[in-house]
Amino acid sequence: MIRLERRKAPSTAMLWLTPVLAVVLTMIFGGILFALLGKDPFAAIQMIFIEPFTDSYSQRQLLIKGGPLILIAVGLSLGFRAGVWNIGAEGQFIMGAIGGGAVGLALYGTPGIWVLPLMALTGAFCGFAWAMIPAFLRVKFNANEILVSLMLVYVAENFLRAMVTGALKNPDGRGFPESRSLADYASAEMPMLIKSAGLNVGGLAAIGAVVLAYALLARHRLGYQIKLTGQAPRAARFSGVKPGVIVAATMGISGALAGVAGLFELVGPAGKLTTNFPLGYGFTAIIVAFLGRLNPIGVFLAGILMAATYVGGETVQFALQVPAAAIRVFQGMLLFFLLAVDVLVAYRFVLKKEAK
Amino acid sequence: MEPLLRIDALSKAYPGVQANDSVSFDIQHGEIHALLGENGAGKSTLVKMIYGLVRPDTGSMTLLGAHYAPPKPGEARRAGVAMVFQHFSLFEALNVGENIALGMENAPDRRALAAKIREVSTAYGLPLDPDRLIGDLSVGERQRVEIVRCLLQNPKLLIMDEPTSVLTPQEVEILFATLRKLASEGVAILYISHKLEEIKSLCDRATILRLGKVVGKCVPAEETARSMAEMMIGAELAMPGARDYQPGEVALELRGLNLPSLDPFGTSLRDVSLALRKGEVMGIGGVAGNGQDELLLALSGERRVAREMVALKGVSIGHFQPETRRALGMLTAPEERLGHAAAPDMSLVDNAVLTAQTRRKLARNGWLNMRKAASFSDEIIARFDVRTPGNHVAARALSGGNLQKYVIGREVLQSPDVLVVNQPTWGVDAAAAASIRQALRDLAANGAAVLVVSQDLDELMEMSDTFAVLAEGRLSKPRPAEGLSIEEIGLMMGGTHGMEPMAGATI
Repeated sequence: MIRLERRKAPSTAMLWLTPVLAVVLTMIFGGILFALLGKDPFAAIQMIFIEPFTDSYSQRQLLIKGGPLILIAVGLSLGFRAGVWNIGAEGQFIMGAIGGGAVGLALYGTPGIWVLPLMALTGAFCGFAWAMIPAFLRVKFNANEILVSLMLVYVAENFLRAMVTGALKNPDGRGFPESRSLADYASAEMPMLIKSAGLNVGGLAAIGAVVLAYALLARHRLGYQIKLTGQAPRAARFSGVKPGVIVAATMGISGALAGVAGLFELVGPAGKLTTNFPLGYGFTAIIVAFLGRLNPIGVFLAGILMAATYVGGETVQFALQVPAAAIRVFQGMLLFFLLAVDVLVAYRFVLKKEAK
Repeated sequence: MEPLLRIDALSKAYPGVQANDSVSFDIQHGEIHALLGENGAGKSTLVKMIYGLVRPDTGSMTLLGAHYAPPKPGEARRAGVAMVFQHFSLFEALNVGENIALGMENAPDRRALAAKIREVSTAYGLPLDPDRLIGDLSVGERQRVEIVRCLLQNPKLLIMDEPTSVLTPQEVEILFATLRKLASEGVAILYISHKLEEIKSLCDRATILRLGKVVGKCVPAEETARSMAEMMIGAELAMPGARDYQPGEVALELRGLNLPSLDPFGTSLRDVSLALRKGEVMGIGGVAGNGQDELLLALSGERRVAREMVALKGVSIGHFQPETRRALGMLTAPEERLGHAAAPDMSLVDNAVLTAQTRRKLARNGWLNMRKAASFSDEIIARFDVRTPGNHVAARALSGGNLQKYVIGREVLQSPDVLVVNQPTWGVDAAAAASIRQALRDLAANGAAVLVVSQDLDELMEMSDTFAVLAEGRLSKPRPAEGLSIEEIGLMMGGTHGMEPMAGATI
């Protein structure tokens, strides 16, 4: 008989092996999915998981796509560590893009190296402010931050729709629901730092956020209090942690990072605000945070992997004619398997004879 | 005569632990048999096997001459084995009758059951009103519900797991009268406890477990508490020596402390006042749930009160946060080790940071000095003899006694002016308990003021210079501990909960 038996201590090896196992299981079942769709599963898996790392164009795309995911996921993982569930990073991402984008559009044509930093700061502030709404409601009225932050995503999406058909609409755009193109505004362009690696300012910010978050969690009092609040809330209160401060700090940090990620996405790949601007990065980042074990370095690796599924997914869509939804199914599968194999961290399988 | 239950070479292993190793003993009809042992000695595993909650790896049991291997508690109950757990499984929103009916397989209709409950509970001196809500009952009365629930099944063997830990002395006497009456009618009782005086007065025979093995059998009446304790721990007990009590100036003062409880079944503090002096150990007794948790929260700063209600060395601190209080010299150690006093999944080093950041200067400009934290942690481990493979292991990996030594050591080594501890030796083995008590007394001898909240009266009598009782959220006037009798303390507790000793009971 095979039984699950609780380990005496959580297994560190399994902690790092399970994400790999989840990726392998996703490959297998994803392959079956492609086979059922009548596509060559081996070619598909190779395009999604291998090619992004070998092909030089795709390699550059990894950091460009992965940057915003990592930036958002690092912030989210801080909150998740503390048991603060910001599910609305997508909304903060959108608000950051609208706010920072509005600054760029207002200054449109004005040259100056301060333009992009000002836009980034505004973007961060707008994401922060959007996240403070659920934080405030949670601290003051004990409102569930999961629901509030999630609902604010839809508010943000509708706000975006209102803006691109209203205040931020391109005056020369013949009525199309979109803003002016920031790609044509040199001062608002995102500088590429190392072209061969695809490292732009957004990628650098993501790496910076990973390093800072790592230091915060390993050495700083706030990081300690975040971990303590998540693992033992009563011990945290005994220690003197103020729960409201932790909620506000983690919500604020993740909101600001999501906001700045939104701005970078706007001045980078997107170029302008349209109703199609949100790509679901804010939600995908939740998968990235968990796939990376809520550890900043893990989040970095997971972000790159997830970017690979985007990059590879585009190739598969194009080369094998599979629907775009297939790749979302794929990402969902990854989270599903990750949560399923998670049991191995705390438990192990034992073969045992039935006691008589 | 054939024994009621014979246990033959029972063994049970869990990963990494041999919980029971070839345990054999027998229980006679009508006998009160004590199962003695420190925490972790294997008592719980053994009774769980008898009650069908755990299956033995090897060995066998014989009940009334027949092979007995209950696969689940229902089978054990059918065979005549009943058990009263330390933690009750009662629904607070239901009444007594409904709770008892829920545990029965073929419950009679409500009126018949109510009549039966009245009859049985009165017959055994544990009067119960079937219509009262569990939520309105005291802990002692709740235990009666559990006992009556067992008695309705006419058990042949009744297992009682640490039944007196929640009772006042008067309630204990009533319980003992009931148990003796049951025994005289032929019911065998397996009585688990580590309170040696109780076992001496109640039990006919005792089986002593240590590290999963039977290490001794005795007739408690012929032993002293000390000799049994030494069999239990396999070493000689260190008793704290007498101490000169020279109280200094007032270190901690509570002035009319009021605190409404947040827990609907908790107890609000009402007008609690005391003055604790330097060099003094004050014991606060009382049955759990009479405001102990609220008192600790008000003192640690987890809940804040009006500023003048708590004064430390003359400074009003009632409104201060925990960290500020620690900085001023007031430290606390809550009752629950895992999850409150320590974070279970964090390392010992991280747990040292939990309360010692300020006083041991473990943080600078918000950045933690983990090397300093590790050396503080090592100091606690060395000075308090904490048995652990290292300071990197998670708190939950330590045994209860070792973790408690760590928690108390963490506070004591920060040289507090005032230390407040709740249940410092709860669930801790005798050797660790003795060293914790000694550490607290040493702290007071060096000029600190120590407030010990505990339900263990023996412990309080042994440690305290002054003594007070917390009952229904009110604190009695502190009195010198010397010369107080257990009866007087029982009256101070006022906690008879309307119980009258059974008429004609032999106590």
